Amino acid sequence: MATREQIQATLEVIKAKNGELNAFLEVFDDVLEQFEVAKDKAPLFGMPIAIKDNILFDGHKASAGSKILENYTATYDATVIKKLKDAGAVIIGRTNCDEFAMGSSTENSAYGVTKNPYDLERVAGGSSGGSAAAVGANLVPIALGSDTGGSIRQPAALCGVVGFKPTYGRVSRSGLMAMSSSLDQIGPFAKTVGEAEMIYKIIAGVDPLDSTTVSESVYPEVKKFNKTIGIPKSFVDSEGVSEEVKKNFYEAVEKFKVLGYTVKEIDLSYIQYALAVYYIVMPAEVSSNLARFDGVKFGLLRNGENGVEDYFETRGEGFGPEVRRRVILGTYVLSSGYHDAYYGKALEARKLITEELRKLFQEVDLMLTPTTPGPAWKVGEKSEDPLEMYLEDIFTVHANISGCPAISLPSGFAGKLPLGIELTADLGREDNLFIAGKEFLGEKD
Amino acid sequence: MDKIQVLSLAKLARIKIGDQEAENLSHEFESILKYVGEVGEVGKLNQLEKFSKEDFLVRNVMRKDSEGHESGLYTEKILAEAPAREGDYIKVKKIL
Repeated sequence: MATREQIQATLEVIKAKNGELNAFLEVFDDVLEQFEVAKDKAPLFGMPIAIKDNILFDGHKASAGSKILENYTATYDATVIKKLKDAGAVIIGRTNCDEFAMGSSTENSAYGVTKNPYDLERVAGGSSGGSAAAVGANLVPIALGSDTGGSIRQPAALCGVVGFKPTYGRVSRSGLMAMSSSLDQIGPFAKTVGEAEMIYKIIAGVDPLDSTTVSESVYPEVKKFNKTIGIPKSFVDSEGVSEEVKKNFYEAVEKFKVLGYTVKEIDLSYIQYALAVYYIVMPAEVSSNLARFDGVKFGLLRNGENGVEDYFETRGEGFGPEVRRRVILGTYVLSSGYHDAYYGKALEARKLITEELRKLFQEVDLMLTPTTPGPAWKVGEKSEDPLEMYLEDIFTVHANISGCPAISLPSGFAGKLPLGIELTADLGREDNLFIAGKEFLGEKD
Repeated sequence: MDKIQVLSLAKLARIKIGDQEAENLSHEFESILKYVGEVGEVGKLNQLEKFSKEDFLVRNVMRKDSEGHESGLYTEKILAEAPAREGDYIKVKKIL
């Protein structure tokens, strides 16, 4: 339960620390009024929660880290916001992110990069880097992010916190700015698995405003949790994964063994293609979803010579380089003559990756991998080569491609920089992730 | 992929980009497309099953257009976000 003094103290801490971190783009000016309404509502009783800048909160600015929405004010509450408010949350502010959630470092934000709380010369990860840094630096206990290819789990790992992506269809995306609709999912950042679980249970559920949310009966039958973990060894040992990450990963494997888990080496034929599938399906959907930013209905308008030229000027100036890159790439993979070679093949591979993972979860309860191939890098270090930045998602995209839930847990350090491990479970089996996650972090239930 | 092709894609995407950006993107797309082109290999590995077009069909999940809200309830709020308005309309340039 929060007190008015605690909320004021939180505001002071953010004021003192945000200058160097750039985790928050804005702290809302009605926080204390929100608190008066929230303080008597269970179970959060006024707990301050930060939200990623792509989630709509009625009457408050939401810019998705983009110039095209610099002055946009949300006209309704996202379903997750409604649910959090009903549960007694105070929505304290909006956090920095890569523009329209496209990136792995927040360097693509139009409002500057978010710094890593463990080393201010390094990135906090992305795209939900502001949310991860806000929790990692103890500015807030909880933050929401969105995860399309790892955008919650990767920054969570780099900032030493818990990051959780629920099963596709568990949490309504009504009021989340759509990036890639077949992949996007909202989830929490927290210091503990228990808190992430509590927030997840508040925001999950069927919502008529998001037709991808499905009822419990759709998920596979609950089977006994046998504490078995599969390790895709050749995938984890692949080139490009740093030695410190591998060492930390195998220490985590040993820890699970000590905790009574059975660990099996597994061999997956298709998972290595998940990233290639992702960088076809995602830009394709991005090119379609971002068509709505046309300078007509909301956001920036730049005047051209006629109506059509308005589009060119508005989108050319309003979108940053990475968004332009992905929209144009998506236009290519969907264009006549290339559609079958890229998008068509990617859909087929997506089905194979999903079926192979689902089959795996008949044999083991969970799959364990590192969350990222390395710790946080220096600002600017990977900005020159987009493909190198994309490879950062290597261990996280399978969960979005297949729809499976996955959680990143803090697993130690490389020097002073945090590292994370990631558990993936079968569709709808968040419960097993929470059990294993709490045991790994030594949390009492 | 060359600069001309990128400029024509940008035109389809209704995004104004400069010559230099198009040139840079053409090289970046080369390496990205080489990487994502790997998905072509997956079909060859496919021992699980063959897919037909029907496997990728989606069904309509739109609700019936009914139970509308009271007229004008959101008009002000939504129009306040429009870059240009005239009365209760969004204003755009002449199309034809």
